[in-house]
Amino acid sequence: MSAEQHNAPRKVTLNILRYNPQDENDIPRLQACDIEEADGMTLFIALNEIREHQDPTLQFDFVCRAGICGSCAMMVNGSPRLACRTLVKELPQVSTLTPLPFFELIGDLSVNTGKWMRGMSERLETWLHGVEENVDLRKIEARMTPEEADAVYEMDRCVECGCCVAACGTAQMRPDFVGAVGMGKIARFRLDPRDTRNDDDYFEVIGDDTGVFGCMSLLACHDVCPKSLPLKTQIAFLRRKMALIG
Amino acid sequence: MSESVFIAQAGLAECPRKRRLPARLDLLQSGSGLILALFMWGHMFFVASILLGETAMWSITRMFEGYFFLGGSQPRLVSGVVAGVLLVFVLHALLALRKFPISFRQLQTMRAHVKAMRHEDSTLWIWQVYTGFALFFLASAHLYQMLVWPQNIGPYASADRMWSDGLWPFYLLMLLAVELHGGIGLYRLTMKWGWPNASRELLKKLKWALTAFFLILGLATLGAYMKIGFEHRAHYGERYQPEHLPTWLEHLAPQGDFAPPSERAPTPIHPLERQP
Repeated sequence: MSAEQHNAPRKVTLNILRYNPQDENDIPRLQACDIEEADGMTLFIALNEIREHQDPTLQFDFVCRAGICGSCAMMVNGSPRLACRTLVKELPQVSTLTPLPFFELIGDLSVNTGKWMRGMSERLETWLHGVEENVDLRKIEARMTPEEADAVYEMDRCVECGCCVAACGTAQMRPDFVGAVGMGKIARFRLDPRDTRNDDDYFEVIGDDTGVFGCMSLLACHDVCPKSLPLKTQIAFLRRKMALIG
Repeated sequence: MSESVFIAQAGLAECPRKRRLPARLDLLQSGSGLILALFMWGHMFFVASILLGETAMWSITRMFEGYFFLGGSQPRLVSGVVAGVLLVFVLHALLALRKFPISFRQLQTMRAHVKAMRHEDSTLWIWQVYTGFALFFLASAHLYQMLVWPQNIGPYASADRMWSDGLWPFYLLMLLAVELHGGIGLYRLTMKWGWPNASRELLKKLKWALTAFFLILGLATLGAYMKIGFEHRAHYGERYQPEHLPTWLEHLAPQGDFAPPSERAPTPIHPLERQP
């Protein structure tokens, strides 16, 4: 084998779901796009290449390109992942890309996760409760132990990419389910010593079958979370706490 | 009619505070599942006693009928236990129904999801739905039979049921459904409640090991009953009666049942069989 052949870039086929929900005559289909793999190429780079050189109409989302904004989540061979954190070399020669299910489809691979996340956030009131309205800036802030800060920060790493909801079997069947992201948020505020809510208050928002008792512990959320959040442990913990309230 | 009914009809039952019921239902579903799974383990060991011989199985059956404590067999005791299990089973089925796909759309979505994701725990869940659905019918039929005819449990009676009554395919299906459903269910319980706090990989391995163990034990047991049933087919309906028991057990048996033949009380003759 010559050196040239040895270094020849691998050809990869991406079958990309194409569909425009605004066009009532459009039919969902998979479009095959061939690309040449480059060193360190992520799926996000590959998609940009396809849009630039093959099909400028391809829709997909991205902002940060570094796994921080959570915009580029999509189903890669049936499982949700962030395109910017997926190396093409990890993929088989033929892969399928589809939009995240559950969320409103904008077109092709682009979905409106923000709309659902906002609704969930309003429903679960995922913000600090009990913070004084007129903060006296001259006063020293209440202290938080480093352990508390670490625990809050651990859950705060969630980027709301929607992977956990797209992977969740319960959410696919029951659209009113809050998903791991919702329960993760509650777990986060529960850990925050500044939040004045107690478990009774948390029960009001997640203590039913659309919340923690609807979770069937399929744990796909835990397995696909691009930020490796301890969702399994947190949901089990919340379930025990909420069961005690009942 | 009470005020609460009208308030509930207006959709205001959860105002201003949410109901506490879902928490209790969730606990009850887990609890009833745990009881049934543990019962099934015990049950499997009891029926598998046939692998140790007819006398072993006969003794265990008689023990549950109170033979060794009450001076005679009382199959009604078995009916009592069956009634308890039936109650827990119905409760569990009722609660588990809440989690079933309840429309074609839901089933279709879930199947596509499981198929495309190829995620083990999600796939296991759909198998739990299938096996749970099968158990609605299989376990109900079995429990009813044991409730009404508890006296038909024994080395020959059970073996005749498998072979001469042709019920072995029924028991084979039930064995597969129960072992899969129970094994997956117990694993899921540990995930759900986070206890015991062992690694998921370890618990998953343990789950498969237990399922394999009980499936092999169950298949061997089923095979043993079928073999006995086949050999006993000419004497269908005849009940097993051991000549001897281990000495310590003979002492527990009602007096005289295992005494030397000369000291045994004469078998009472049925009035219709008496010679005029």
